[in-house]
Amino acid sequence: MAEKLLEVKNLCVSFKTRKGIVRAVNNLSFSINHGEVLGIVGESGSGKSVSMSAVMGLIKDENAEITGEVFFNGEDLLKKSDEELRAIRGKDIAMVFQDPMTALTPVYTIGWHIREQLQLHSDISDKAARERAIELLEEVGIPDPAKRVDQYPHEFSGGMRQRAIIAMALSLNPKLLIADEPTTALDVTIQAQILDLLERLRKTYNSSIIIITHDMGVVSELSSEVLVMYAGRMVERSTKSSLFANPQHPYTKGLMNSVPRVDRARTSRLETISGQPASLLNLPSGCAFRTRCPSAHVACTEQPAFISDSNGYGAACFLLTQGARS
Amino acid sequence: MLVSISILVFLIFFATPGVDPAARIAGRNADQLTLQQVRATFDLDKPIHIRYVSMMKHLFIDRDLTSYVNRGAEVWPQLTQAIPATLSLVFGAALIWLVLGLALGITAAGARKSWIDPAIGIIGIVGVSLPVYWLGEVVNLITQGRLHATLFRWVPPLGYVPFTQSPSGWFLALLFPWLTLSILYAGIYIRVIRSEIVGLMQEDYIKTERAKGAGEKRILIKHASRMSLITVVSLFGLDFGALVGGSALLTEVVFGIQGVGRLTFTALQNFDLPLIMATVMYAAFFIVIANAIVDLVYAWIDPRVRRG
Amino acid sequence: MLPINARSALMSDEILKVTNVSRVYETSGGGFGRKNKVSALDGVSFNLVQGETLGVVGESGCGKSTLGRIISRLDTPTSGEIIYKGNDIAKKSLAAMRPLRKEIQFIFQDPYASLNPRRQIGAIVEEPMRIHGVSKDERRARAQELLEKVGLDKNSYEKYPHEFSGGQRQRVVIARALTLKPELIIADEPVSALDVSIQAQVLNLFKELQDEMNLTYIFVAHDLGVVRHISDRIAVMYLGKIVEMGSVEEIYNNPQHPYTKALLSANPRIDQSAKSTRQILTGDIPSPLNRPSGCSFHTRCPIAVPECSTREPELRRVGAVDVACNLVL
Repeated sequence: MAEKLLEVKNLCVSFKTRKGIVRAVNNLSFSINHGEVLGIVGESGSGKSVSMSAVMGLIKDENAEITGEVFFNGEDLLKKSDEELRAIRGKDIAMVFQDPMTALTPVYTIGWHIREQLQLHSDISDKAARERAIELLEEVGIPDPAKRVDQYPHEFSGGMRQRAIIAMALSLNPKLLIADEPTTALDVTIQAQILDLLERLRKTYNSSIIIITHDMGVVSELSSEVLVMYAGRMVERSTKSSLFANPQHPYTKGLMNSVPRVDRARTSRLETISGQPASLLNLPSGCAFRTRCPSAHVACTEQPAFISDSNGYGAACFLLTQGARS
Repeated sequence: MLVSISILVFLIFFATPGVDPAARIAGRNADQLTLQQVRATFDLDKPIHIRYVSMMKHLFIDRDLTSYVNRGAEVWPQLTQAIPATLSLVFGAALIWLVLGLALGITAAGARKSWIDPAIGIIGIVGVSLPVYWLGEVVNLITQGRLHATLFRWVPPLGYVPFTQSPSGWFLALLFPWLTLSILYAGIYIRVIRSEIVGLMQEDYIKTERAKGAGEKRILIKHASRMSLITVVSLFGLDFGALVGGSALLTEVVFGIQGVGRLTFTALQNFDLPLIMATVMYAAFFIVIANAIVDLVYAWIDPRVRRG
Repeated sequence: MLPINARSALMSDEILKVTNVSRVYETSGGGFGRKNKVSALDGVSFNLVQGETLGVVGESGCGKSTLGRIISRLDTPTSGEIIYKGNDIAKKSLAAMRPLRKEIQFIFQDPYASLNPRRQIGAIVEEPMRIHGVSKDERRARAQELLEKVGLDKNSYEKYPHEFSGGQRQRVVIARALTLKPELIIADEPVSALDVSIQAQVLNLFKELQDEMNLTYIFVAHDLGVVRHISDRIAVMYLGKIVEMGSVEEIYNNPQHPYTKALLSANPRIDQSAKSTRQILTGDIPSPLNRPSGCSFHTRCPIAVPECSTREPELRRVGAVDVACNLVL
């Protein structure tokens, strides 16, 4: 059986704040195999971004406490020193962020940035690095790459910048690319180009992708696997097709109903999830979704266990234990 | 802008009610005859705009404008002799405070979790709190007075030694003035640079750098500090321009350096309008130049500012 | 082009007639003092019937936000007419516009920037009434009423914006917009900054209020799903012009303009089973500073012919929709 690429076990990230302890990520466990695309879906406060930052060792806050295990290629990343992690970041695991407009130091050219990425992890000469940079820019569809490699980030449009950033991220052939809302700041037609690019590159490089997003459509376009988060916990894990055909968790159902769909008949009212998103400082006891759930009952004052099948798919909801799973 | 400044200075001098320029020039208890002579010599009877044009012409074109106080002493040479002293003082001090500011500011920003940051912070506060004239006098007390015979034997007497006359003399005479003047600015710059860098470390591009696998030291220097230069250049331009224009006056007075600051001070004390006009115009001019240079340097360090 | 609920009985009067509105900006970046002209809006025309919702959709540089600001007269058009209830308000002075501000309201995108953080919610909602001279007691009563109407607690009155979430703040913004019983509300991306589940709540609120108060909306957004849900008619914009306009059904089910088709196709779909190949446009969206000649879409258009780079198409009625395309006749 193929070894899992990334296996997260009981990851917890909490922050000490003046108002109390905030559990941004609470007992998150999941895995992803080679070549898979996993979409992590959630709204604000779900913990989706924080969890992946923790995986990469990017949380620099002194008030943060991170526990659990994160196995990448068999080794626990959380036990590694920052020096060891630096060798992995950018080389084996790469990350792309949301806003291309602020993602690159403005005083250095795109070519310089790509060269820096390459030289941080290999002994490549300046000349060879520049050539590689031009190759990469061409691969991601940037026209006139030999000229643009010497241009500054502000001379690129948002979409082009994101392409260059993706090129840089993939320059060392990482096994895993984590993309945090990579298209949210882009126009729809540009978003389509970027998603198409990611899919194409994934096939070429055979890398796995974790895409963090709030957009169900993006998840559907790109991923084969989905993980839904709410208030720091994983509430559902499934393949994409199962999730959309037959969501198990009431939050997932509510979320999907909230989205006005272009491919369905119009309704006069959207079915909404009542109430406000959970405040991490003031979580309800037991299931955090309890106060907004249309199916909540007495048992929900206890935290429901994540009921999963042999593949790890399932949901954290008492409704499942009652044989409601179809 | 320079023209408006000159007009303003002129008006302040001549149009201030209750002040009779002729009386000022002639001195106390001058009799009517002397006053009339003064008025004639200095065209004080003519309408104000003619006087203004005449003064400007003498100052800039003929360059033979004479002082109101020392009859016959030309203003222009006084200014040109004072400029090298001020420039030497300010350049040297600027070099010192920039180096200190950057070195300590960056170190403090990078060492935030240790004792080094607060220690540097204290140095910064001390620098900002010591008034130049007090510090200067204390320095003089020690180097010229108490310990002059022993530890500070090599310190020359107060005053400026032109470089052309003796390079080593020039250096030694300026050493303590440099240190004194730079302490205040070093304090300011240490604090500004440190807080600027700390703020910049929260930017998105820093996150990208960490994701690339760059180490904290590299990020601090090649990215955060490099970006902080934008603010530093702006601040430095203002400070440098003002100092060269004559703001180093207190330092010059304390150390007996015959620079522009000191000249301005003397001119003001004596109500010597031509000299005041010359020094003020010189100062304004330098500030304009300094701003223009700052704009150029901006374009050099921040590609976003360049045109096309 | 019938609306889908019982508003139809009330909808009969034309409330807004926009004719050939343009907005040209001059920038100083032309070098040697020359000014660059940027055409943010170019000859936009449409009508609006009372009680309906016009959704305006498009990407960066299309001018939809400018259009919203121009119609609500937060900005002045360079040319064209904006006839609101029979009066041309395009060139009215600020003073002349004042009484009309009761009837035409604007809602911004960012709920975090739209509310003064130093004032209480009650004071914020009362402000428009205070400006127009409503008495203190009446103001308070109405503010309380509105806060309840938008789904907020009665004791929100004393609270400050920072005590509320984004969605709640947007409700406050809506309450404020309603204080003087407006007729026309122009909303610029009012739900874009909100989480999906909250977005749905606020959209429902918009609809309820419209039914109750017979409001007319111009709803500017980039999210095709949101626009489809809330609108009766849709205008699709590209680089300052309307390229297609029609009822929601027509636009979404039977788009005519190649840009509309590409836009709908680019929208990430939840349902992947209908495997129609996505049409991905190449290249960047041109900058309004550098508009392509002829039809401004021709540089990215999959069906462009040589004529398209020289002839600028007019917006004309073709079948059930208005389209501006040289090839749709």
